Amino acid sequence: MDASNYLYVSALLFTIGAVGVVVRRNAIVVFMCIELMLNAANLSFVTFSRINGDLNGQVMAFFTMVVAACEVVVGLAIIVTIYRSRRSASVDDASLLKR
Amino acid sequence: MLQLALQVGQTAKPEAVMFWILGPLAVVASLAMLLVKKAVHSAILMAFVMIILAIFYIAQDAAFLGIVQVVVYTGAVMMLFLFILMLVGVDSADSLTETIRGLRPIAITAAIGFGGLMLSLLGHATLGRNAAGLAQANADGNVQGLAKLLFSTYVWPFEVVSALLITAALGAMVLAHSHNTIVRPTQRQLSINRFRGDSLGTAAGLPGPGVYARHNAVDVPALLPDGTPALTSVNATLSARGDMLDYKKFDLSQINTKVEEEK
Repeated sequence: MDASNYLYVSALLFTIGAVGVVVRRNAIVVFMCIELMLNAANLSFVTFSRINGDLNGQVMAFFTMVVAACEVVVGLAIIVTIYRSRRSASVDDASLLKR
Repeated sequence: MLQLALQVGQTAKPEAVMFWILGPLAVVASLAMLLVKKAVHSAILMAFVMIILAIFYIAQDAAFLGIVQVVVYTGAVMMLFLFILMLVGVDSADSLTETIRGLRPIAITAAIGFGGLMLSLLGHATLGRNAAGLAQANADGNVQGLAKLLFSTYVWPFEVVSALLITAALGAMVLAHSHNTIVRPTQRQLSINRFRGDSLGTAAGLPGPGVYARHNAVDVPALLPDGTPALTSVNATLSARGDMLDYKKFDLSQINTKVEEEK
């Protein structure tokens, strides 16, 4: 099987994640969509690693996973803090700087 | 894409079968994640996509990453997501009305454009040689191969990442920590307040709420021996919310027995 088929799936997942970040309003769902984009990129890394016969791509995917885990921890803590002060997890409600 | 379709007919290798079952499932699940209303359902679909990706990794000779994907994403990250969902409120369905007018059509058009661009780009790109495969790089085992790279070429990024992890953990602790605005009274302080207050009337504890012939609940005040209502017998939260009922309604002398008999 041609390994580049995985790249098509990766591109589709990345696009779907990008739409989710723009369209959805619940901050937690937006976060999940960001995770989806990161994972799509990871799938590309792994596929290219296989195509090139080189493990460097897998190391990159490994680093991406670690950074994604950090991002989730801090991001969810921010969501909890915002929820505590505003009683809402909608990204549109945190618009204090607009006014 | 036509080439892809031809390949399906030709290859019956296990990997191809796996891919053509799980690949569409992953795309459909992620689309559903975008469309479902409740955040919990999104989370479950997300975990499903993560597991499929883990299988893809293992199928592509990245066994270590596949296992890490299961442990880190479907294990830790998704649990964290669900935990925060429970904290923030599971019932809060995302209202799907647009706040910025025309955002959704623009987003979908841009997505179709971007996705089409990516797909056609991938379709036109050629490597110019056959895919190498990881058999040689994984000769000593996938984990050993990764470890050799991590602790030689990438040892400095590896250490920096550890600093990042500690910083993130500390940051999350600082962000999620909340200070008490008032100091909690101790048992001793509570006892002193009770006996050294204005009167000894409440020293033995507050009276319980009212028990009447027709009503027996926590939202009506009890009557003191002299017939006056004991307002302190109702929970402070209930009376602050205005949920306290008037005790007179349930007094036996107030009931109009004649009306009841006529009915």
